[in-house]
Amino acid sequence: MTAPVIELRGLARTYPGAPPVHALRPADLVIEAGDYVAVTGPSGSGKSTLLHLLGLLDAPTAGSYLLDGLDTSALSDRDRSALRGRRIGIVFQAFHLLPYRTALENVLLAELYNQTPRSARLEAAAGALGEVGLGHRLDALPTTLSGGESQRVAIARALVNRPSLVLCDEPTGNLDSRNAVALMELLDQLNADGLTIVVITHDAGVAAHAGRTVAISDGSLSERIQAAHA
Amino acid sequence: MRNSALGLPSPRLTARDATAEAVAGIVQRPGRAGLTMLGTVLGVGAFVAVLGLTATGAGQISRQFTVLEDTTVTVEDNGPANNVAPPGTNPAIGFPANADAIADHIHGVVAAGVWWPAALPEGTNFSASLALSGAASQTVNLLAASPGAVRAMAPAMVAGSPLSPYENDTAQHVAMIDTSTASALGISPARLPSHPAMFVNGIAYTVVGVYSSAQRVISGGSAMLIPENTALADYGNPQPGIGTQEEAQMVIATRTGAAQAVSRQIAAAELPADPHRLVVTAPPNPLKLQSEVNGDLAGLFLILALISLLIGAVGIANTTLVAVLERTGEIGVRRAVGARPRHIAAQFLAESTALGTLGGLIGTCIGVGIVVIFAAAQNWTAVLNPVYTLPAPLIGSVVGLLAGAYPALRAARTNPLAALRYL
Repeated sequence: MTAPVIELRGLARTYPGAPPVHALRPADLVIEAGDYVAVTGPSGSGKSTLLHLLGLLDAPTAGSYLLDGLDTSALSDRDRSALRGRRIGIVFQAFHLLPYRTALENVLLAELYNQTPRSARLEAAAGALGEVGLGHRLDALPTTLSGGESQRVAIARALVNRPSLVLCDEPTGNLDSRNAVALMELLDQLNADGLTIVVITHDAGVAAHAGRTVAISDGSLSERIQAAHA
Repeated sequence: MRNSALGLPSPRLTARDATAEAVAGIVQRPGRAGLTMLGTVLGVGAFVAVLGLTATGAGQISRQFTVLEDTTVTVEDNGPANNVAPPGTNPAIGFPANADAIADHIHGVVAAGVWWPAALPEGTNFSASLALSGAASQTVNLLAASPGAVRAMAPAMVAGSPLSPYENDTAQHVAMIDTSTASALGISPARLPSHPAMFVNGIAYTVVGVYSSAQRVISGGSAMLIPENTALADYGNPQPGIGTQEEAQMVIATRTGAAQAVSRQIAAAELPADPHRLVVTAPPNPLKLQSEVNGDLAGLFLILALISLLIGAVGIANTTLVAVLERTGEIGVRRAVGARPRHIAAQFLAESTALGTLGGLIGTCIGVGIVVIFAAAQNWTAVLNPVYTLPAPLIGSVVGLLAGAYPALRAARTNPLAALRYL
């Protein structure tokens, strides 16, 4: 049996101060390959802290985080960067596309640092854009893309390295309801194809798409058991 | 390919990718890039232009430095330390009687002799005959000249012969005149064998020679030359003192390249007892002249170029720093897709270096253009030393590299969390 994609053992993050802020209290969580997990909670509950820990952008103060069975807490900065560049794709609420680069160039950016051979980059990037339904807008600048299209480019950028895990931080936060629905359908589709997705959201409608929902409140995780998702 | 402990390839940014990212960063903001590198363009341009223009100017000076100027030495009589002459008269001229012969003994002298403008009374008139007195009262410079001086002046004779030593020794009333004076007085060069006379205030001088032009002293204007001793007898001693335009002078024709050596010896040779009475004027040393131009003017402009390079560096540093702050979101994304802090630093460093290099290239082109256009406008030959010109763009690279160091450090230290939170 293969290791779960994510395994948290007593993972915690405390910000020093007087008094110290317990952004994430010791948490245990297992996410298997192909899972679609929503993390919900009000603002300030610790959602972003969890996202940064899962995305290896921040280091925990206690506990361990196993990604694909590898304990990440003991890794050097170089190895954490390597893991982040290879195994994790992150989609941000604000898209974070480079404004002067085309859609294709924005996706190519994700292949810049992980030793993807130059010859393979273009094909992979164009393929990822095709996968999110933007095969016809490769050369469009972000300023000419709609919000929904921009977020699709960001998803293509997260997908292009075939990561083990895609983290989405309020992916529909900057979208109108019609685009939000289309985007969630795209995530459903990608999950159906086997992609492991963690969506962080305060929107119950978005969370409803996920098979599992993990609530976070005041830094404490609790999983809500619900009917299995198709 | 270096692998991490996990068996994953280490994150890396190849030089080619870094360059491509830097170039992309510049081309996407051409207006800003142009303004940013303006200081570098000006600095490198000024550097190339200054070195080119000084080299061109120095080359031109040595070219204009003709053989003629390089073979002429002038010695002026400043007069005795105390005026010993009776009131109303001038002291004896400083040059000894055998001045020509003494000068001839100095190695490198081709011809040398003493001359001075004769002191004529007011209203002097020149004419070709007593009967026609006043017919041609034009201004003619009456010059006293020793035979050696006539040879040093090197007149091109049209008719007759130059003044001879015999005519000087015996103080003959003879003269040689230029062609314009001859035609003004109605003296035809063809008539010389019939010994035409020229009258100066009624004193007759037999015209023995007519010249068209000369290499030294009498090359321009109308002149009438009479022997030295004749002038002394008729008009007395010349007025001493530099700047009176009337003092006795010695003109020396030297062999090429000997002017400097002759000028150092002539005063002591002519007047061993009082060499400082004679003021020697030698042609400027072309090598010295060249180095002076390089030293003074170029030094000043090179300092200006340096200042402008400094301003250019500050400009690049400033803009790059602003870009780092403005692009925190981009830095966060790059970190999120696997970039390490050093990759971020390398990217901004590559960008500022590329900007500096581009500025250096454009500046070099402008500098070369200025030199070529300036030289063409002056009909000069443009001189550009490849040793300074070809590596000039690298100055821009160095400026860009140094200017980018601090902003790159700031970029590398940017916290990716903070970078992603705000955009």
